Amino acid sequence: MARMKFLCDADRCINCNACVTACKNEHEVPWGINRRRVVTINDGKPGERSVSMACMHCTDAPCAAVCPVSCIFPTEEGVVLHSKDLCIGCGYCFYACPFGAPQYPRIGNFGSRGKMDKCTFCAGGGGNEETGSIEEYKKYGANRLAQGKLPLCAEMCSTKSLLAGDGDIIAEIYKERVLKRGYGSGAWGWMTAYHEKISV
Amino acid sequence: MTCDADGVAIMMTIFARIRHAIAPLVFLTMLSVVLQADAQQTNANAPVDPDASAVKEQTLLQEESRIKGRIDMPDNRETVLIEPAGRVWEHFHEVTLRWIGAIAILGMIALLALAYAVIGKIRISAGRSGRKVLRFSGFERFSHWLTAVSFVVLGLTGLNITFGKLLLRPVIGPESFSALAQVAKYIHNFVGFSFMTGLFLIVALWIRDNIPNKVDIDWLKQGGGFIKSKHAPAGRFNAGEKLVFWFALGAGAAVIVSGLLLLFPFYIENIAGMQVTQVVHAVVAVLFIAVILAHIYIGTVGMEGAFEAMGTGEVDLHWAEEHHDVWLADALAKERIAEPPGQPTPAPAK
Repeated sequence: MARMKFLCDADRCINCNACVTACKNEHEVPWGINRRRVVTINDGKPGERSVSMACMHCTDAPCAAVCPVSCIFPTEEGVVLHSKDLCIGCGYCFYACPFGAPQYPRIGNFGSRGKMDKCTFCAGGGGNEETGSIEEYKKYGANRLAQGKLPLCAEMCSTKSLLAGDGDIIAEIYKERVLKRGYGSGAWGWMTAYHEKISV
Repeated sequence: MTCDADGVAIMMTIFARIRHAIAPLVFLTMLSVVLQADAQQTNANAPVDPDASAVKEQTLLQEESRIKGRIDMPDNRETVLIEPAGRVWEHFHEVTLRWIGAIAILGMIALLALAYAVIGKIRISAGRSGRKVLRFSGFERFSHWLTAVSFVVLGLTGLNITFGKLLLRPVIGPESFSALAQVAKYIHNFVGFSFMTGLFLIVALWIRDNIPNKVDIDWLKQGGGFIKSKHAPAGRFNAGEKLVFWFALGAGAAVIVSGLLLLFPFYIENIAGMQVTQVVHAVVAVLFIAVILAHIYIGTVGMEGAFEAMGTGEVDLHWAEEHHDVWLADALAKERIAEPPGQPTPAPAK
C-alpha cells in the first residue's frame, strides 16, 4: 500500500498561490479557512524561498495523539483524516501541529471554534458518510483519491514544485531532479513530519 | 667586403623567413590563451548553486525553534511554516502531564487513605459540649461553596480532556463520549467565571485572618492537629489552613490567568505562548486538585466536627477549644461585650 506524502521543492515554488486557489475551489472551502498556504521566507531579500504548506499527513501524527476525543486517525495510506461528527472544537490539534494545518470556522472565544477543518489529501472525510457522497463532499470536500486522482494542488502546480503521491515515488522524482540540476534545498518539513529526509 | 655584405643579406633573409613562419604560431598561441580565458567565464559544465545564498530549513531551525515567513492571508497564526515544538507539546500532553496528574492525584488519595488508616478520624477529645459557636457567616459559606462547587465541576470537566479518552471513552463509546466532552468543554469555559467570583470573595473575606503570625510557628512545631494528645494553638485559621489559603490564591490566580488566555486564543499570544499557557494551566490544575483533595479530607472524614463549620456555620465549643483556641477566646470576648453579662463562659483550654 502506498504511503501518501506531500513534497514541496522550494527551489521551484514561485509563490503563485495556484495550489491555494485550486484547493479552495475544488473543496468549496468556506471563507476564513485555508487548507493550504504559501509561506515566503526572507521575503524580498536575496535567497528568499517560498514553500507551499498544508497538512503533511505526518507519521505518528501529533494532532491525532492529542485529540481528547480521538477523532483524528491515519488511513491505511497514511492520510490523516478526522470525523467532524466527533470533533469538539477544543483547538488542541492546532497547538500540536508542526505545520499550522488545522483550521476552524470561527476565532474561538469561549471555545466556539466550531468543527476543525484541514487538508484531507483530497481523500474525503473520516466520518460515517458514504465515499464520494454529497454529504461527504459538503463536510470534507472532494474525494479525488477514491476516483484514482491525486490532490489537485499538486496536479495544478505550474512549476511542478508541489508533489503529492506515494512517498517513495515523489522522493525518487525529487532525487532525480536534484541530481540532474545539481542543487536542492531538501524536502521541507520531512524531518518533522516523517522523521526522515531525502538523501541525494 | 662583398663577401661580408652578402653574408649579412643572407642572414637577414633567413630571419625574415623565420619571423613569417613564427608569427602565425605566436598569434595562435595568443588566441588560444584568450579563448581559454573566455571559456572559463562561460563554461556551461561548471557547477552553479542557486541555493548558495538561499535560506535552509536546518539552519533556520537551529537559529530559531520556529520557521516563520510572510503569507498572503490576514492570519498571523499561519505565518509559522514549521514548528517541531508541536511534537514537544504533544509529548507533554500525552505522556508528561498524564504522569504528573496520575502521581499527584492518585498519590494524594493513597496518602489520605494511609492517614485515615494510621491516624483515623480526629475526634473531639473532650466530647461534644452541646454549645455552638458561630464560625462562618452565611455569606462566607456562600462564597466558599460557590468556589468549591465551581472547583469540582472545573476539575472533573478538565480531567476529562486529559483522561477521558482513556477512562470514559472505551466505556460509553466514541459518539456519547464526544457529545459529553463537548458539553463538558462549554461548562468548563463558563463555570470558570463563577470560580473567579468565588475565589475573589473568599480572598477578600479571609485574607486578613490568613496573614501568618507567631502562633503559626507554635502550631507547626507541635505538628498541627495531627498528634492526638496535643492540640496546637491557632487563631481563626491555623497554619495548615493558611497554607491552603495561600496556595489556593496562588494556584487560583495562575489557572485564572492561563485559563483566560486559553479562552481567548491567540489574542495576545502566538503559538509558543499558547502551548506554554496550556502547560501552566494543566500542571497547576492537577496539583491544585491534589491539594484540595487533602482539604476535603480534613474537612469531612478526617476530623470530627470540622464539616459543621462550613455546613451550618456553627461549631461545637469543645471543637473550637481544641482547634482554634485563640480565635475562640476572641470570639467569646466579643460575644461578652455584645451580650449582657451573667452567662457563665468557659475558659478557653490550652
